[in-house]
Amino acid sequence: MRRLASVASLLVLAALALLGGCGEPQFSDAEKKTIASLALNALPSLKADTTNQYADVPAAAALGSTLFFDAGMSRDGTVSCSTCHKIDRQFQDDLPQAVGVGHTNRRTMPLAGVARNPWLFWDGRRDSLWAQALTPLENPLEQAGNRAAFAHYIKKRFGERYERIFGPLPDLSTVPANASPLGSEAEKAAWSAMPAGQQDDVNRVYANIGKAIAAFERSIEPQQTRFDRFAIDLATGAKPQGDGAFSPEEVLGLKLFIGKANCVTCHNGPRFTDNSFHNTGVPPVDGLPLDRGRVDAVAQVQADPFNCLGKFRDGDESACRELRFMVKDGPQIVRAYKTPSLRGAADRAPYMHAGQFATLDEVAAHYSKAPLAVEGVSEVHPLDLSDRERAALVAFLKTLSD
Amino acid sequence: MASIWRYILAGLGLAALLVGIVAAVYLTLPQSAPGPDTSRAKKTANGLFVAGFEPERGVIRQGELQSWLLTLKTAAGAPVEGAAITVSGGMPQHDHGLPTSPQATDYLGDGRYRIDGIKFTMSGWWQLRFAISAAAGSDSVDFNIVL
Repeated sequence: MRRLASVASLLVLAALALLGGCGEPQFSDAEKKTIASLALNALPSLKADTTNQYADVPAAAALGSTLFFDAGMSRDGTVSCSTCHKIDRQFQDDLPQAVGVGHTNRRTMPLAGVARNPWLFWDGRRDSLWAQALTPLENPLEQAGNRAAFAHYIKKRFGERYERIFGPLPDLSTVPANASPLGSEAEKAAWSAMPAGQQDDVNRVYANIGKAIAAFERSIEPQQTRFDRFAIDLATGAKPQGDGAFSPEEVLGLKLFIGKANCVTCHNGPRFTDNSFHNTGVPPVDGLPLDRGRVDAVAQVQADPFNCLGKFRDGDESACRELRFMVKDGPQIVRAYKTPSLRGAADRAPYMHAGQFATLDEVAAHYSKAPLAVEGVSEVHPLDLSDRERAALVAFLKTLSD
Repeated sequence: MASIWRYILAGLGLAALLVGIVAAVYLTLPQSAPGPDTSRAKKTANGLFVAGFEPERGVIRQGELQSWLLTLKTAAGAPVEGAAITVSGGMPQHDHGLPTSPQATDYLGDGRYRIDGIKFTMSGWWQLRFAISAAAGSDSVDFNIVL
């Protein structure tokens, strides 16, 4: 009897130790798997861009870097890529809508990991980084230039550097000072008057400007954060050290993010984006032009002469599957916008495609409430998160910035 | 008094043992998954064809454009040639369509068709529907993929 009792008491002690000593495990195996999939060490190395044969040429990246910061790359010499993509601000500008030569209707996107995007801009109206880089150069509200003027400028300022990378510049002596198929009426007329071969020459120089800028931008990659240190420790079973340890509020926020709040449905993978387009019922901004998101971008990317199927692409057409198999119509792309990465988001208010929300609290409140979309159908459904849960989500998002 | 204490301890110990056994049995029981039918080969809706659907490179990778192979045979087992195939689908639980527009791009012989441009952007239950039109007639088939 005594023996049985002592065995029994040992068992009780063991059970108590299990319950009290180890405590309830913080994350299930499924949660751990999801957390590991979000960590930066799950990010594959950057793939080659076969559409840009200069993508990994150091001299091209160096020229691209010069051009990126050069205000001479604009109509009035006051605006460069870096005017809105500020190097000390995650390559964005903290404004609800970007301001170049004029006031645009969209929020500047940060650039970390930008070379990994299959689609560029909030609506994906460009399909490569080099084609994207050309678009603000001629947008009258951004750099407001024209491709003939850019070709002349490159020859005058950077001719030697250009030719060492891309080969001889074409003869530009009879190219008008200002001409573009997208410019003012006078610029369009000047462009139409140019022989096709000369248009091609200018377009080739213009495409190479984009390819150089893209080569530079490929070096801008996301950095390790507190979340990544926490995730590595969780995966290896090590006790999180220093700032890698999460507070109970941050743990709750992470659990909500990958669980009840469904954030990870779209904000997935190590960049926290599915690279796709969704209508999440974000309201339009009064006073801005009508903005229907992805549905209007489809025709724009198809019409872009610098898209993957155009003649300025290097390499073969097998690189163009995103464009070839894109969704071209249907209600799901009305007012759909690209899922932004959440890395560093806590440090770059305001939020959404036109800076609709001033704080992450407002963002969490929007997704919790899930209002109907003004056009199209919102994919998000009400979550009815408590104040504590919304604060926890925000606390977790901040771990992606520290 | 001491002996009552002993009995209580013994009782608690046995109870703990029982909990342990029940938990072990529960955890090793086969999970009854009430999810959708994820078989990769099946008869089409009206039984005209037998369809198989497999990723061309064997593995499914979330977030990447992939090609899959749709294999079509008649009920008698003959390969179906010259079929016109259209692809649709989405995520039934999220009420949205596919993020890409996959197409039948190549006929590889022996009833095998390459379906290119498939991308699963999130985990969960995906559905792909093929409308098939061939000499034997028109039919459709749904495949479920759970990531």
